[in-house]
Amino acid sequence: MSRSRRLKLQVFRVIVFLVFGAFFLVPIGAMFEFSTRGNTDTAPRTLSAWQTIFQTPDLVAAILASLALAVITSAGMLVLLVPTMIWVRLRLPRLNRVVEFLCLLPLTIPAIVLVAGLAPEYRWLSINVSESILTLAFVYLVLVLPYTYRTLHAGLAAIDVKTLSEAARSLGAGWATVMGRIIVPNMWSALLNAALLSVAVVLGEFTIANLLNYVNLQVAIALLGRANAGVSIAVAVASLMFAFILLVILSFFGRPRARVAQLEADTTLSWGQKT
Amino acid sequence: MTVAAKPLVETAARPVRGGRRFALDWLGAVPFLAYVGVFLLLPTAIVVGGSFVGPNGLTLSNLTAMNKPFIVGAFVNSVVLSAGSAIIGAVLGAVLAYAVVTGNPDGVLRRLVTSACGVLAQFGGVTLAFAFIATIGFEGFITIWLKQHGINIYANGIWLFQLSGLLLVYTYFQIPLMVLVFLPALDGIRPQWREATESLGGATWHYWRYVAGPLLAPAFFGGLLLLFANSFSAYATAAALINQGSIIASLLIANTLTSEVGLAQPGLASALALVMVIVVAIVMVLYTVLQQRTARWLQ
Amino acid sequence: MSGAARRLSILAGALVLLTACGQTTSSSTTSAANAKSAADMGGMAALIAAAKKEGKLNIIAVPPDWANYGEIITGFTAKYGIPIDSANPNGSSQDEVNAVRQLAGTSRAPDVLDIGKAVTLANLDLYAPYKVQTWNDILDNQKESTGLWVQDYGGYMSIGYDSNKVPAVTSLQDLLGSGFQGKVALNGDPTKANAALNGVMMASIANGGSADDISKGVDFFKQLKQKGNFVPVQATTATVKNGTTPVVFDWDYLSAAHGKDVPTWKVFTPSNAILGDYYNQAINKQAPHPAAARLWMEYLYSDDGQNAWLRGLARPVRMAAMQKSGKIDSAAAAKLAPVNGKPTFLTDTQATQAKDYLASHWAQAIG
Repeated sequence: MSRSRRLKLQVFRVIVFLVFGAFFLVPIGAMFEFSTRGNTDTAPRTLSAWQTIFQTPDLVAAILASLALAVITSAGMLVLLVPTMIWVRLRLPRLNRVVEFLCLLPLTIPAIVLVAGLAPEYRWLSINVSESILTLAFVYLVLVLPYTYRTLHAGLAAIDVKTLSEAARSLGAGWATVMGRIIVPNMWSALLNAALLSVAVVLGEFTIANLLNYVNLQVAIALLGRANAGVSIAVAVASLMFAFILLVILSFFGRPRARVAQLEADTTLSWGQKT
Repeated sequence: MTVAAKPLVETAARPVRGGRRFALDWLGAVPFLAYVGVFLLLPTAIVVGGSFVGPNGLTLSNLTAMNKPFIVGAFVNSVVLSAGSAIIGAVLGAVLAYAVVTGNPDGVLRRLVTSACGVLAQFGGVTLAFAFIATIGFEGFITIWLKQHGINIYANGIWLFQLSGLLLVYTYFQIPLMVLVFLPALDGIRPQWREATESLGGATWHYWRYVAGPLLAPAFFGGLLLLFANSFSAYATAAALINQGSIIASLLIANTLTSEVGLAQPGLASALALVMVIVVAIVMVLYTVLQQRTARWLQ
Repeated sequence: MSGAARRLSILAGALVLLTACGQTTSSSTTSAANAKSAADMGGMAALIAAAKKEGKLNIIAVPPDWANYGEIITGFTAKYGIPIDSANPNGSSQDEVNAVRQLAGTSRAPDVLDIGKAVTLANLDLYAPYKVQTWNDILDNQKESTGLWVQDYGGYMSIGYDSNKVPAVTSLQDLLGSGFQGKVALNGDPTKANAALNGVMMASIANGGSADDISKGVDFFKQLKQKGNFVPVQATTATVKNGTTPVVFDWDYLSAAHGKDVPTWKVFTPSNAILGDYYNQAINKQAPHPAAARLWMEYLYSDDGQNAWLRGLARPVRMAAMQKSGKIDSAAAAKLAPVNGKPTFLTDTQATQAKDYLASHWAQAIG
């Protein structure tokens, strides 16, 4: 890459990150500032709202439930969606639009209306299977479909699935090998982003859990937020930071350093910057 | 000519009609279709079916009540708001994604940005509304700072609590969503292609127009569609900012479903939800057409 | 003993036991789900024992800072050792009824409901009749005759404001002044929320209208909007503290709760428009914990429960009787804002008329 273009790219990146960073971080900063206000205009700053959060025992159970739901939902989504998408892409191309529409449908119906349709099923589940909050994973998997489908689709489109699978099959690989050892390692970025989105959706989901009278993280936060104004905002910021840290940790698990990728990063042909 | 479309190895065409292979192929789609059938299509059918039920049994009155001006107006507002926030979110999201992907793929910055995008894509509701109120509301610190410098951003009305304000607030979660769904597509762009274009004498414009553009267009339009649907059904943030009247379709549905003064009409809410599904289906058709046209145009 | 004789004696013993058990159950009281009063269950002690056996109570849409419910919840659990599961704290009355229908048969369904009048009257088929022990202290027009529902606490519609951020409010017309630019909010949309409907009705009465005519209230808010004084944003504790909604139309006991975030918060009830309303308690006919539900009702209508609501600055339904018996918490009663006039309560017809008018006129006026 020529020096002038590299310079222009660097300037572009700095400006983009500064502008977007400000746009996204300033409102959160405003929330944090509000949560530390005292009771009157002249009262000193206080962290009492934050202390209240850590003194609430009920929050732990809700956090654990939401984390369990996030894991189950992400795993279930990957197991259900990835093979299906690869299979449809290779073998059932006519089903492409159908799958695409089905994966967009959960997003078109507002959650409060979807609950009206889900309630009879969940009543049956509660009576015949289990009352546990983990049954929410069934509907959460459906909720994350729109986001994860789009991510996985972008990842699949970027690799030549047809050629890779034909080559592997002609060498005698079974479908499991094709999917598990050929295609999936080539779409790590998509898989990781899909998992990140799933976890974020589950941790942030409120309406369906609330209307089905389950207590997940967001419902517990809503109850906690009734204490006073400062706590209601402090707990929202805390929930954002909790999800953020969790996702950063998750991102470290999701990126095996494939030798090809390493080679590309090291050569001068790469447009990446080594930090 | 796109690089990805032509397979390197030509194999014999497989039979597409008749034979056990065809039926077996469909088996592969059964788990997904069965699961979605039970947990998505069945509730949707129950909801949609509710739109044909009135206080006295089966009726079409819920659907014929659709052409009231305030209902039509709410849907028009929803479409305008969703299209606007989708386009702005998609363009800005693509820009941010490009800035991220041109960095170190294993670097700290990329991890932080994608994690932040994951969190912010789901951030909404009363707290997002308050975040903006605390920043640029009447008592927001930016508003006050600007007022101290003589600029009154509310001189022409309380735009934050109108459609324009919603548009601004919606971009807060639309942009991160676009980044997450567009990054994998950008990751698929090989740097060698840029070098190849340059070695053939092409400029930056040629690269984007003939190489990267056609490859990224499907993912871009797909992201656009997702952002549209995301904004169309979003409810909690709008309910917090504009708590009076029902200016968009999702607020209208919520109000007809949960009114505690006796104005709840579950049948109408179901009918409205059905119309929402139809609108998004229409948008999806448009998106398909647009994608095919663009692919042809870019070839 | 031979094998056959042993088996016969075991069978005989089992039969004796069974009939003995059968006799105790048949001579005891009705089951909790059918009990119409504590006497039906064999007295308060039996009710408490049955409730403790059930081990849990499900309530819904009961935020702890709503009329001091937090104290009632902790008091109940401390007194009887029964933990309470509080779901959907920000839910509306309609949400409560929806939950009863949608969760019927599960163990998460709400046991008791605290709902507004319109929703109460529209869902009579969901409740179980029950008369608390203090039934006779409650006026006839404040309860359903068989005990399907009974009023619990109420208050008057008021204008709460932060005296630090806006000028003092001494009448409704003050709100049209320039000092209130972009500062006045309703607690919800009147076509959706009971509190907001009563807010507009109070404005109507104070503006020359009456309980039969809500149009003057709609006109008032239209004026407010045109002057730029009305903000459509949802008023929360955060927006009140932050100063975005320093003036809120709300029930006086709910408005008073803002005082803990904003020490300069004041509550004003116009003397020419004292509009009151009570909420209603009902027991879910299919409550998963019927004994606990009935024990909760007894607790709410006992002196302890009623005084707790009083400390939340709401007016408990047994207030007059408790004042006579001297059991009232007089310190709390003294904190209630004095009411200098005769309060108005909307009849069902008036409420229906009001909501119909709002359905066809509110959106245009405020939009």
